[in-house]
Amino acid sequence: MKLSILNSWHPTLPCNILKFKSTTIMLDCGLDMTSTLNFLPLPLVQSPRLCNLPGWSLKDGNAFLDKELKECSGHVFVDSVPEFCLPETELIDLSTVDVILISNYHCMMALPYITEHTGFTGTVYATEPTVQIGRLLMEELVNFIERVPKAQSASLWKNKDIQRLLPSPLKDAVEVSTWRRCYTMQEVNSALSKIQLVGYSQKIELFGAVQVTPLSSGYALGSSNWIIQSHYEKVSYVSGSSLLTTHPQPMDQASLKNSDVLVLTGLTQIPTANPDGMVGEFCSNLALTVRNGGNVLVPCYPSGVIYDLLECLYQYIDSAGLSSVPFYFISPVANSSLEFSQIFAEWLCHNKQSKVYLPEPPFPHAELIQTNKLKHYPSIHGDFSNDFRQPCVVFTGHPSLRFGDVVHFMELWGKSSLNTVIFTEPDFSYLEALAPYQPLAMKCIYCPIDTRLNFIQVSKLLKEVQPLHVVCPEQYTQPPPAQSHRMDLMVDCQPPPMAYRRAEVLALPFKRRYEKIEIMPELADSLVPMEIKPGISLATVSAVLHTKDNKHVLQPPPRPAQPTSSKKRKRVSEDVPDCKVLKPLLSGSIPVEQFVQTLEKHGFSDIKVEDTAKGHIVLLQEAETLIQIEEDSTHIICDNDEMLRVRLRDLVLKFLQKF
Amino acid sequence: MPEIRVTPLGAGQDVGRSCILVSIAGKNVMLDCGMHMGFNDDRRFPDFSYITQNGRLTDFLDCVIISHFHLDHCGALPYFSEMVGYDGPIYMTHPTQAICPILLEDYRKIAVDKKGEANFFTSQMIKDCMKKVVAVHLHQTVQVDDELEIKAYYAGHVLGAAMFQIKVGSESVVYTGDYNMTPDRHLGAAWIDKCRPNLLITESTYATTIRDSKRCRERDFLKKVHETVERGGKVLIPVFALGRAQELCILLETFWERMNLKVPIYFSTGLTEKANHYYKLFITWTNQKIRKTFVQRNMFEFKHIKAFDRAFADNPGPMVVFATPGMLHAGQSLQIFRKWAGNEKNMVIMPGYCVQGTVGHKILSGQRKLEMEGRQVLEVKMQVEYMSFSAHADAKGIMQLVGQAEPESVLLVHGEAKKMEFLRQKIEQEFRVSCYMPANGETVTLPTSPSIPVGISLGLLKQEMAQGLLPEAKKPRLLHGTLIMKDSSFRLVSSEQALKELGLAEHQLRFTCRVHLQDTRKEQEMALRVYSHLKSTLKDHCVQHLPDGSVTVESILIQAAAHSEDPGIKVLLVSWTYQDEELGSFLTTLLKKGLPQTPS
Repeated sequence: MKLSILNSWHPTLPCNILKFKSTTIMLDCGLDMTSTLNFLPLPLVQSPRLCNLPGWSLKDGNAFLDKELKECSGHVFVDSVPEFCLPETELIDLSTVDVILISNYHCMMALPYITEHTGFTGTVYATEPTVQIGRLLMEELVNFIERVPKAQSASLWKNKDIQRLLPSPLKDAVEVSTWRRCYTMQEVNSALSKIQLVGYSQKIELFGAVQVTPLSSGYALGSSNWIIQSHYEKVSYVSGSSLLTTHPQPMDQASLKNSDVLVLTGLTQIPTANPDGMVGEFCSNLALTVRNGGNVLVPCYPSGVIYDLLECLYQYIDSAGLSSVPFYFISPVANSSLEFSQIFAEWLCHNKQSKVYLPEPPFPHAELIQTNKLKHYPSIHGDFSNDFRQPCVVFTGHPSLRFGDVVHFMELWGKSSLNTVIFTEPDFSYLEALAPYQPLAMKCIYCPIDTRLNFIQVSKLLKEVQPLHVVCPEQYTQPPPAQSHRMDLMVDCQPPPMAYRRAEVLALPFKRRYEKIEIMPELADSLVPMEIKPGISLATVSAVLHTKDNKHVLQPPPRPAQPTSSKKRKRVSEDVPDCKVLKPLLSGSIPVEQFVQTLEKHGFSDIKVEDTAKGHIVLLQEAETLIQIEEDSTHIICDNDEMLRVRLRDLVLKFLQKF
Repeated sequence: MPEIRVTPLGAGQDVGRSCILVSIAGKNVMLDCGMHMGFNDDRRFPDFSYITQNGRLTDFLDCVIISHFHLDHCGALPYFSEMVGYDGPIYMTHPTQAICPILLEDYRKIAVDKKGEANFFTSQMIKDCMKKVVAVHLHQTVQVDDELEIKAYYAGHVLGAAMFQIKVGSESVVYTGDYNMTPDRHLGAAWIDKCRPNLLITESTYATTIRDSKRCRERDFLKKVHETVERGGKVLIPVFALGRAQELCILLETFWERMNLKVPIYFSTGLTEKANHYYKLFITWTNQKIRKTFVQRNMFEFKHIKAFDRAFADNPGPMVVFATPGMLHAGQSLQIFRKWAGNEKNMVIMPGYCVQGTVGHKILSGQRKLEMEGRQVLEVKMQVEYMSFSAHADAKGIMQLVGQAEPESVLLVHGEAKKMEFLRQKIEQEFRVSCYMPANGETVTLPTSPSIPVGISLGLLKQEMAQGLLPEAKKPRLLHGTLIMKDSSFRLVSSEQALKELGLAEHQLRFTCRVHLQDTRKEQEMALRVYSHLKSTLKDHCVQHLPDGSVTVESILIQAAAHSEDPGIKVLLVSWTYQDEELGSFLTTLLKKGLPQTPS
């Protein structure tokens, strides 16, 4: 059993491959989008500021890179279509992957790269909300990038010899040669068509060898952890779980018990922040800005935390006197996201589920929309420009600030200190995100809301489910580099977790010892169990093994064929017995006195017993036969009298147990 | 002998009060808990006293499963759980859990408030009963206890309808509830995987019908409605609030829009809005097309269909009214029917099955003079039309499902005996499986022979598989091992391992046989002759001549020695262990016959 690590730089966007029995299972397919931070933003409306940024030249004044690299407030950016860093594709032949298991919609963004360009022919398993919302995220991403066509695709800077000369962080960017542009909608659709929908606790058989089961992970709509097991081995894959009560169904912890190996990833990215406190800060900063006549910009994904934020605001706006302030949600998938959130009742927490029984929409944003407090638009073009009123609150993407409508609002509002941008998504460093907009007058508030497990919760969870071994990204086995004294900010368990790094292949520490086999009822009936010790019975089994679709069945041995009545003399060799028909092993010892009595009872006379160093010799003088009896062996030495030998054999066997 | 026992308490050779008891591997499960629309006395509920004479139902039943929200499948539930007394788990899907209490409350109101029945379950009882419900997802494997598991499959019949697989170890039963094998305007088709249950319990409402294409029926329906309103008549469509009603609404809505009709369409009872809302929130349970387009246009937001008020019934001019309940046995649909029955311009369209004893059943069987309460006689002049829109599988669909699931045997419920008999023969002929159709209270017993799962040590299995997987037909290779049974764990290991684990020493049993042969040649020469003889005879075996002069066949040792007294006799000592018994015995017999005179 092996675990190959295709990506672990961002443990919330994992991509690993597990080889278990004869199956090759990809666990998640996360896409590292932080690479886009090295690129200039894509403005929806031409921005003179971005257009006029000076080109960057080498120290010696050589300016051959000035078309590709631009400088802004001391930072250098690539002026090109943004590119993404893919999971490792060389470590393993991806066409051999049998299935891909997706844990949540954030962890499937690299799917089109894998399913469309590696010869992948398998099946992808994910829950319905994961697929639907994942589709929205991909659709938004493709839309953001495709609607701002960029003529230029920079590649000179990627040359290793040139990259060395660049300033940080470009100099340190890794694997830039493998960075890829965004996929197309066609590739997205083709990738999604390979997904098979599954429900929580559904047992899915893979080739009869392995069973996989998604479990609720409590982090997002339809988010799941996975159990990968055979009858005797169990691997739990815990990726992006939450124990907080937000909108999704609570995490199923009990089913993770008795794991041989627990692969742990997707913990909170902000272990020191309390999500509840962050939400409070978010609300108060928002209110403060709006009251002072400023606008609030919230860079966000179109699904997920935004539902919780809207719900908080729903309860907050009236008491904070914000009922007249317009809230705008701008995304090509805004409408779909809001609609989809209302139809996944079965995947929601109990509170929201019971609302549907009334029947009422589970999320209160339905009411915000009905009362016109929340308005949603596909983009800043069209209706929005007519309805736009300030001061206002705008939720829009992308959280990297490199593409999407958010770029426009940054340019529009950046110069006034009345406005505020509030970062809630934890995936990108907000300082790096803001870099190409410097100098900036607008206020920046960092309220990252990451509901995934923190280290205290992980320790508690591990104590509860008690896996034999924990395997996790290296980052989780040591304190964060910036807080090296915080020994509490790492996974703490016994035995200590095994750490993994990108591009490694890890042998998982357990040995398979048993496999399930079925004994057919006819065979079972013929078995004769005998009790060896109290509570332990044994039966010898001789049976024919049938294996089909990785399922093993034992059938009774065929009856010996009736001797044919053919008169022809058969060749001797045809009578040769099959030596592979094994006789059972024997155990026990033979009590000499009783044995002699038995012999006498069966008509043997003239028996003489001699003691030897190790046991006895029983002599049957008449039959010229000698039986050596020792503790662990019996030797019958006789003339070639088969009848006699068989009689003696059976008498000896009476005293022994067969195995 | 293990067996599966099935006893219908209701729906045995009948439609109504579905309730089937299943015993499988020591577990008792009750499938559905319905009421009978045709009766108003004790017979409307299943006879739960059959389940256990003394003792609580909770102790006897491991769980109750409700397939969908129709009252003939869940109508007796509050009576069963709160009045008879059952506190165990009740499983149903989310939409069923949402809608079921509303229909039960509706049913209670008609029975108690309108008919003034006493000793009926109360609103509180419905609430308490629903607290015992555990909602299940489609395809989720629900572990009722350590051994019993259930799994729901999509059934299509109404929103949230499910088929259930009940499984203990390797034995399983599938209960279809009501299902539909063709997708309609709002729901998808039932689907099940090749789960090969020991028994498939299927409904058989349309056991003998093979329905024509849905499109024709739809066109027919629209034509009849259109013609009637064109000539100024009123159309009454008795429906149940949820299910067919939505499908027909979608149908009429799109037709009205296309034809630009202005005639009002009404939907009776306050349920309308609410019912449609359920469809909107549970849109994942509808068909592909509706699910795909719901963001742009929600099919359950109707523009042309408005809420009905009782006073509208007397309005002049044409109109179309959907009214509940569907079998004209009570409530608003019956009231409107009485008002409109006398006018031959009007029409009533029965879009579903009607249970015997209901007004619906009477008019469909051609009765035109109805005796109503208080000895009133109602003459029916309006046109009566029957359109099979009810979402049950027809004979073709039932056969299709049997083919999908590949059961070892089939049991028919929820149908009429005569029709069942026909289907039973058809199933037995086509699938070569036995098919049963017990009446209520009659028990069907199926012996089962479950195989026994044990753990085989990987070493033993691999060693066996390494020798090739395909057993030869003539000489099947046998796997030999020892089964260790400790508590409830069964492990199959090699005999050596079994001995080791139990701390037992092996006892070696060895035989040495003296074979006397008349021969004057030297021992060495003798051994060589034995070697060449055996080598040529035993082609499949490993025969070796060792440097010390002895001969081995596999692990059997043969040595030649001189006779102590007679130099003309040589002795062959053949020595083998008990494990080589067959071969050893064979060799001595072979050697006794002597060696070929002239070595070839």
